[in-house]
Amino acid sequence: MPHDHHDHDELSPSGHPYRADQDGPLSYWQVMEIAVRELMIEKGVTTAEAVSAQIEAMDARNPAHGAAVVARAWVDPAFRARLLADGSAACAEMGFDVGPMRLIAIENTADVHNVVVCTLCSCYPRNLLGLPPDWYKSRAYRSRTVREPRKVLSEFGLELPAGVTLRVHDSTADMRYLVVPARPEGTADLSEAELAALVTRDAMIGVGVAKAP
Amino acid sequence: MLDKVRVRTWAPPGHVRTPSYLRGKIGEVERTLGPFGNPEQLAYGLRADHLALYRVRFRMGDVWGADAERPEDVLEAEIYAHWLEPV
Repeated sequence: MPHDHHDHDELSPSGHPYRADQDGPLSYWQVMEIAVRELMIEKGVTTAEAVSAQIEAMDARNPAHGAAVVARAWVDPAFRARLLADGSAACAEMGFDVGPMRLIAIENTADVHNVVVCTLCSCYPRNLLGLPPDWYKSRAYRSRTVREPRKVLSEFGLELPAGVTLRVHDSTADMRYLVVPARPEGTADLSEAELAALVTRDAMIGVGVAKAP
Repeated sequence: MLDKVRVRTWAPPGHVRTPSYLRGKIGEVERTLGPFGNPEQLAYGLRADHLALYRVRFRMGDVWGADAERPEDVLEAEIYAHWLEPV
């Protein structure tokens, strides 16, 4: 069959190399995960459906949740104050449970820009933003964002004016961080839902800003 | 109580949440959080002490010296109480 002679040096129609099949042996931890999962199912502690449902719930979380929180903060000054005082409680008000970790919301202003990194691993407000992008977990982002953050931001296309103070948040322990980007100009007439559409994942990590309407 | 603090220069083995690039650096407490269980004990399934967690703000110039991109920029990290000493 032609498939058996697949040449991995070939490029896909988009010009990228095909990824090699993962035919290697399972790692120690992969075997451990399968063994523990099968045992727990066998003993009636959980079910395969419950495991799948949890994975689905994890995948369903996405940056739209965080964007809804930001848009609410833009239109409702009292909510904004509550969000900055206690991020977890304010998100819970909107029905978003941020889990056991506490959320700190940090606001970009005319004088301060915030960016979030986790140098130790890849801590990320998953309940509000979904799974982190691959680059957030890369050693390059994790090490360079504390060392040369302005250069990193410029590679994302964000040039900070010299007068703006950059505040880098290293998410080292029990807190998770959500950047509340500045509300763009010319959005006075937009609805809360229209505003939320301007709030990108990158703006809430701090490597970007909210989109112009 | 805590205001200006220095991060201890310990280098213990095992699970530690104090980034090495901040050890020995001086910063200011931005806010106090917790108490939270000490992750150095939790990581090994041990009964954990409950400790205050401080958000400490460092000037980039104090962290990286002359190599800082812009010395007035700041970095904030969460450091457990036992890793800090008053200055």
